[in-house]
Amino acid sequence: MNEQLNFEVPTMAELIAKGEEPEILFWVGCAGSYDERAQKTTRDICKILHHVGIKYAVLGTEESCTGDPAKRAGNEFLFQMQAMTNIEVLNAYNIKKIVTGCPHCFNTIKNEYPGLGGTYEVIHHTQLIQDLINDGKLKAEGGESFKGKKITYHDPCYLGRGNGIYEAPRKALEVLDAQLVEMKRCKSNGLCCGAGGAQMFKEPEKGNKDINIERIEEALETQPQIIAAGCPFCMTMLSDGIKLKDQNENVQVLDIAEITVRANGL
Amino acid sequence: MVSQIIFIAITLAAVALFSYNLRKIIRNIRLGKAANRTDQPQKRIMTMVKVAFGQTKMFFRPIPAFLHLIVYAGFVIINLEVLEIMIDGAFGTHRVFGGLGSLYNALIGSFEILAFGVWLACAIFLIRRNVLKLKRFTGVEMTKWPKSDANYILITEILLMSAFLTMNAADAKLQLLGSGHYINAGAFPISQYLQNLLPDTEGSLVAIERGCWWFHIIGIFAFLNYLPYSKHFHIMFAFPNTYFSNLEPKGEFTNMKSVTNEVKAMLDPSFTPEEAEAGRFGAKDVNDLSWVNLMNAYTCTECGRCTSVCPANITGKLLSPRKIMMDTRDRLEEVGKNIDKTGNGFDDGKSLIDTYITREEIWACTSCNACTQACPINIDPLAIITDLRRYAVMEESQSPASISAMLGNIENNGAPWKYSPADRFNWAKES
Repeated sequence: MNEQLNFEVPTMAELIAKGEEPEILFWVGCAGSYDERAQKTTRDICKILHHVGIKYAVLGTEESCTGDPAKRAGNEFLFQMQAMTNIEVLNAYNIKKIVTGCPHCFNTIKNEYPGLGGTYEVIHHTQLIQDLINDGKLKAEGGESFKGKKITYHDPCYLGRGNGIYEAPRKALEVLDAQLVEMKRCKSNGLCCGAGGAQMFKEPEKGNKDINIERIEEALETQPQIIAAGCPFCMTMLSDGIKLKDQNENVQVLDIAEITVRANGL
Repeated sequence: MVSQIIFIAITLAAVALFSYNLRKIIRNIRLGKAANRTDQPQKRIMTMVKVAFGQTKMFFRPIPAFLHLIVYAGFVIINLEVLEIMIDGAFGTHRVFGGLGSLYNALIGSFEILAFGVWLACAIFLIRRNVLKLKRFTGVEMTKWPKSDANYILITEILLMSAFLTMNAADAKLQLLGSGHYINAGAFPISQYLQNLLPDTEGSLVAIERGCWWFHIIGIFAFLNYLPYSKHFHIMFAFPNTYFSNLEPKGEFTNMKSVTNEVKAMLDPSFTPEEAEAGRFGAKDVNDLSWVNLMNAYTCTECGRCTSVCPANITGKLLSPRKIMMDTRDRLEEVGKNIDKTGNGFDDGKSLIDTYITREEIWACTSCNACTQACPINIDPLAIITDLRRYAVMEESQSPASISAMLGNIENNGAPWKYSPADRFNWAKES
C-alpha cells in the first residue's frame, strides 16, 4: 500500500491567505507529528478527510504541544503557557471545530482549554469516523475485507473513562462485519496501557511486570487477529507488548483510522 | 424512673461526645483549601441518590453488593425500631408502637428477617476477610489496625443483631406467660426458634429481655462514637461525599487559578491579576489539599476496589490508591491533634509527602482514572496524587530525570521529545 499522500495537506496559513475557512481543524498532536508509527495514523486521518471531501486544515509548524504531559506530570505553569499560546493561535484563526488524532490532546483541548479562553467543539477521530459512517459518507467497501476477522478494541483511558466515549470506536469497527471480541477488562473497566499520566516519557517504577505486558496478555487471551487502538501512546505500548510476546507475525496493532482507510482502499 | 434517668443521661452523653468529635473532624476538613462544589445542585442530588442511596456503583461486583445491600437496608430500616427503643427508654413505656396492631407485627417481623440477614451477611464478610483472605483486603496499607477495625465493625453488628433477636425471643416468651407489661405485640418469624434456648422462669426472662434491650441501645451509642475513629464513618459521609463529587469529565484536571494569574502576567505585562488564594503550588501537606480531598479521606471505607483495579498496583508497584486515602486521613488526624495540643501553626516537621506518601508512589500513577471509576462513593485519589506531583515539580523542581527532560523538551521545542518544531509538519511530506 502506498503510504505517500497523493494530495497536499492544507495548512491554516494557506487557507487564510486564500480567504477561506475550514470546516474542521485537524489537531495532529506531537506523537502524530513526530512518532513514525503515529505519523501513519495521521496520514490516514488526512486520507479519510480528503476522501469524504470535508474542508479541513492543519496548523503545521504552528502547532505545539497541548501541554497534556506537563499537566499530568504536575507542571501546571508549563501546561498553561502551552495552552494559552495554542489558544491564541486557534482563536486568531477563528477555529470552531477540532478533530484530534490523540485522546490526550482531545481531552485537554475539550475540557481544560475552555477555562483558559479556548472554547471549541472537539471530537476524536473515531467520533468523526462514526459520524461519517452514520451520514453514509463512509462505508467499508472498496478495500481490504475484514469480514469475520477477530478484532479486539483497547479503550484509551482518556477517551473511555476520561470522557465516556466507548461507542464511537466500536461503531467504526462494526461496519467491517468483523468479529468483535471484548477483553475481560473493557469499557469503563478497561485496563490502562501504561503510558498515561506522563508514564510514556519515563521508565516504570519497580514492580513485577510492565503494565503493557499485563494488557497485551489479556488482549491475546481473546486470540485476536487485530488489536484496534485509538491513541498513539496505546499504539506504542501495545506494539511493544506484541513484539515482546513474539506475536507480531500473527497479530496486528492498528489504529481505527488505519483500519478504516484499509477497508475503503484509500 | 431510675432507668429512665440513666437512659436519658446515656443518650445525652453519647450524642454530646459524638458531636464533639464530629465538630473536630469538620474543623479538620475545613483546613483544606476552597473548592467549588456547590454548582448544579439538582445534578448533585441525583448523583447522591443514585450513588449513595441507590448504591449503583456497588453492583459492579454483585456478590458483595448484595450482601452490603442487606446490611445497609437492615441498618436503615431497623433504625425505625431504634426510634421505638428511644421512646420506650425515655418514657418508661414498653413497645410503644405495639398499638399499631397488624402493621406493628409486619414491621417487627420484617425487622427480624432483616436482622437475621444482617447477621448472616456480616458472618460471610468475616469469612471473606479472615478465612478466604480475599486479595482485595490485603496490601501494604492493610496493617493490624485497619484489619481489626473491619473485624470490630462486623462483630459489633453481629452482636447487636443477636441482642435484638434474643430480646424479641424473651419478650415473646414473656408475652405468652402474660407477664406484667409485656403486651401481645409483634411477630417473631426468626426469634421464635431461639425461644427454646431461653429459660422458662419469668425472672430470668425479664433479666434477659432487659439485658439485651440495654446492650442493644448502649451498643448502638458505642458504635456511633466509634465511627469517628473508624473506616465505618462512610455510613454518614457517603452522602455529602457523593453530593460534592466531581461532576466534570474524569479526564479533566483542574486549572490552577494561581498559575493562570502568573502565566497571564508573564504573557501580558499589563495584566493585573484578581485576588487568588495565597499558598504553595500543589500539596506538600494535608492543608494544601482541598476540603473535598480531605472529606474523601474520612469517607474512605478501605474496601480496596480502587487498588484492585490500579494498573500500577496490579503490576507490583508500590502505589495503592487506598493507601493514598488512608495516609491522607492519618496525617490529617495527626495535624488535628497537633492543633488540639498547641494551636494553629505548629510544625511537627512531618508532611503528607515523604513522611506518609513516597515519591515512588506518586510517580507510578498513570492517571487512568480506574480508581475513581471503581470507588462506590466517588472518592478521588488521583486528585491528591496530582497535587503532590504539582508540589514536587513546581515548588521543588524534583521529578524523575526523564520527566524533567520531557518538560524541558516541551519548554524548548513544543513537544515532549527532542525534535525541532520546524520538522513538525514533515509527516505530510515523507512516506
